[in-house]
Amino acid sequence: MEGTVFYWIAFILTALVAIFAAVMVITRRNPIHAALFLILNFLCIAVLYLLLKFQFIAIIQVMIYAGAIMMLVIFVIMLLSVEEEERTNKITASSAHVIGVVLALILLAQLIYGVGVRVLPGEQGEFTPERMAQLGDIKAVAGLLFTRFLFPFEVASILLLVGMIGAVILSKKER
Amino acid sequence: MPFSVPPIYFLIVSALIFTIGAIGVLIRRNAIVIFMCIEMMLSAVNLTLITASHYLNSLDGVMMVFFVMTVAAAEAAVGLAIFVLLFRGRKTIKVDEINLLKW
Repeated sequence: MEGTVFYWIAFILTALVAIFAAVMVITRRNPIHAALFLILNFLCIAVLYLLLKFQFIAIIQVMIYAGAIMMLVIFVIMLLSVEEEERTNKITASSAHVIGVVLALILLAQLIYGVGVRVLPGEQGEFTPERMAQLGDIKAVAGLLFTRFLFPFEVASILLLVGMIGAVILSKKER
Repeated sequence: MPFSVPPIYFLIVSALIFTIGAIGVLIRRNAIVIFMCIEMMLSAVNLTLITASHYLNSLDGVMMVFFVMTVAAAEAAVGLAIFVLLFRGRKTIKVDEINLLKW
C-alpha cells in the first residue's frame, strides 16, 4: 500500500487541495465561505491521517474539528450577522500587513529548513506496523490512554467541564 | 518499499498550512476568521505529530493530538462565547475596534 502509485497520487492530490483550501480561508471576504473552505481543509487533513494509517485520529478529526467546532463557528457567524460588515470594508495593504507576511514567510523558510536538514530524529518506538496491524489502531490508543496517560485523560475531562461552565456563564444574560 | 512517501513531504505540507494560518492571523481583522486561522494552525501541528508518530512507530504523538483536540474544543466553546458577548456589548467583532485593553 505504502509506496504504490495510488498512494502517491492520493497524497499529492490531498496535499494540494488542503493548501488550496487554506489559502481560500484567508482570502475570502465572506466568513461563511472561509468556514466552508476550512471544513474542506480539515477533511483533507483527515485523509492525510488515513494515509498515515491512523484511522482513529482521522475519524476524531472529522467528528471534532470538521463537525463540532466548525458547526459552532458557523452558528456564531450566522448569529452575529457580520457578513455585510465584512463585505463593505476594503482591503488595505498597510505596511504592518506587508511586514507580517514577510515575517511569516521567513518562518516558513525556517520550518522547511528545520525539517529538511536531516532525517527525522528520535528513537523508534515499540508500535511497529506489524504490531499495529495485529492490535488495531483504536485498541492500541485506548490501551495507552487508560494506563500510562490516565491522569492527563482525567485532566482533559475536567478541562472540558470548565470550558462548558465558562461558556454557559459567559453567554448568560445579566439580570 | 523504495518509492514510499518520505516523511519530509508530510512535514512540508504541515509547515505550509501552518504558515498560511499565521499569515491569516496577521492580515485578517475579523475575530472569527482569526479564530478559524488559529484552528487551522493547531490542525497543521497535529499533522506534524501524527507524521512523526507514524515514522517512529510510536503512539505518543497520537496521544498528544488527542489532547490538543480536547483543548481546541474547549477553546472553541469559550472563545465563541466571548465573541458573542463582545458583539452584544460593542456591536462589532473587528479586532481593530476592540481596543479597551490597548494603552
